[in-house]
Amino acid sequence: MTIIRHELKQGRMTFLIWTCVIAFMLAVCILIYPEMGTQMEEVGSMFSEMGSFSAAFGMDRLNFGEFLGFFGVECGNVLGLGGAFFAALSGISILAKEEKDQTAEFLLTHPVSRRKIVLQKLTAMIIEILILNLFVIAVTAACVQAIGESPEVRPLFLLFLAYFILQLEIAFVCFGISAFLSHSGTGIGLGMAALLYFLNIISNLTEKAKFLKYLTPFGYTESADIIADGRLNMGYLSVGLGFMVIGAVAGCFWYCRKDIL
Amino acid sequence: MDAIKTIALTKYYGRSRGIIDMNLTVADGDFFGFIGPNGAGKSTTIRTLLGLIAPSEGSAQILGMDIVREKEAILSRVGYMPSEASFYRNARVSDMIRFSASLRHRDCRAEAEVLCERLELDTSKKIRELSLGNRKKVSIICALQHMPDLCILDEPTSGLDPLMQREFYAILEERNKNGTTVFISSHVLSEVQRYCRHAAVIRAGRLLISDSTEHLGHTDARRVRIRGITSPPALPDIRDVQTDADTVSFLYGGNPRKLLQALSALPLTDVSITEPDLDEIFMHFYAEGEN
Repeated sequence: MTIIRHELKQGRMTFLIWTCVIAFMLAVCILIYPEMGTQMEEVGSMFSEMGSFSAAFGMDRLNFGEFLGFFGVECGNVLGLGGAFFAALSGISILAKEEKDQTAEFLLTHPVSRRKIVLQKLTAMIIEILILNLFVIAVTAACVQAIGESPEVRPLFLLFLAYFILQLEIAFVCFGISAFLSHSGTGIGLGMAALLYFLNIISNLTEKAKFLKYLTPFGYTESADIIADGRLNMGYLSVGLGFMVIGAVAGCFWYCRKDIL
Repeated sequence: MDAIKTIALTKYYGRSRGIIDMNLTVADGDFFGFIGPNGAGKSTTIRTLLGLIAPSEGSAQILGMDIVREKEAILSRVGYMPSEASFYRNARVSDMIRFSASLRHRDCRAEAEVLCERLELDTSKKIRELSLGNRKKVSIICALQHMPDLCILDEPTSGLDPLMQREFYAILEERNKNGTTVFISSHVLSEVQRYCRHAAVIRAGRLLISDSTEHLGHTDARRVRIRGITSPPALPDIRDVQTDADTVSFLYGGNPRKLLQALSALPLTDVSITEPDLDEIFMHFYAEGEN
């Protein structure tokens, strides 16, 4: 528990900033919906005529005239990308920062096994991501109430669940990479999150690139699929969970054996 | 039981040498100095003992426990002060000291307060506001507040002012009198000579010698300084000749009568014959290692 508390305290400023920014952006998007709602039917037909551009963002299958359709795209951009960047930053720095800031020598010469340190750091990371998502859900609920909408709860819940798992997957994979680094991996983390986002866009453009959806967690957060199917794609999700396990195990295994120079 | 015992301890970083065949014994309750030039392998030895790096070959025990299998048990009885006093920059000093104690599941508040008072450390400041000397003090408190059985201190006094150095050694001597083993890695040989009962010299990853500081410091050679001449007298057994304007200095290990005869024939204006200090003796060890 000591290291969990310490990690949460050390990262609280970054966490607060990211949480507030994501929640604020999402709130703005929801609050402007009533004003945009009247224009949405026109916008929807315009998007449907834009061919592969709309397909890339899943906008060809969503009805912009409905709140869920609008929210699906906005949520995808704000919570998907924002959450992915936050998760990547958390994961990539969680172990490497100790060596980069030369605090590893201090931490690892206390009577706590490396495995416990890794597990507590992972727990702290999960807690941060969980709180971020709960806060965003609470803000979303308040904003939806404020604009007088009453969307179906199940697809909304599935969307938030998918984004939560996406953030965990990116965080765990970055955590695994972090164990191999002894310097700042910020560029690697942010670059990876952006790459995964664009892989999903590419996979939406052509059938030949559909397999990329197995590589990117944005594959199972596709709002058009979730809203239309009423469930998460278990094929994409299973592969994602596999990556999560590989990231966590590889990170833990390597960090417990690496030389701290 | 020995506080530290290494048996053929070896560490390679890939193909680079860390330490080779290190056989070092530090008795329980000793005040031990570990001396060597930069890159000799002092920090590698300490990091291997503390489990920060894994040995390539050989084994070691601390307080009778194996450094690989019983690392946690060892660390609970050891206080370590690294040469770089690095902490979480945004944390307060008090938080850092408390964090260190809580990682040990100990209530060290009383001892931490005493140490802070003796070292004149302001615990309300943030780490990033501290000078190197003050960060060293935080490091000392984190290493000593839990009353460890063995203190491993890597270059502990660099950055501390002379008054604080004296207070720091006073604390260590008190702890040592109460049974704590103190193991210090240092460049400052006068410190080792003054405080340590035993010392070991390491060079190029190998242990050159380990003995009592009294024995290490004992030599028949004398440092002779002569003013009024520009070159040393023609005598055998002269080494480490240093010339400076009208002064010549050298180590003489031969017959004193011959030295006095040679001196009486020189146009000297001043002469001093003294025991060489530990620095000079260790320089001799380093030079021997190089040869």
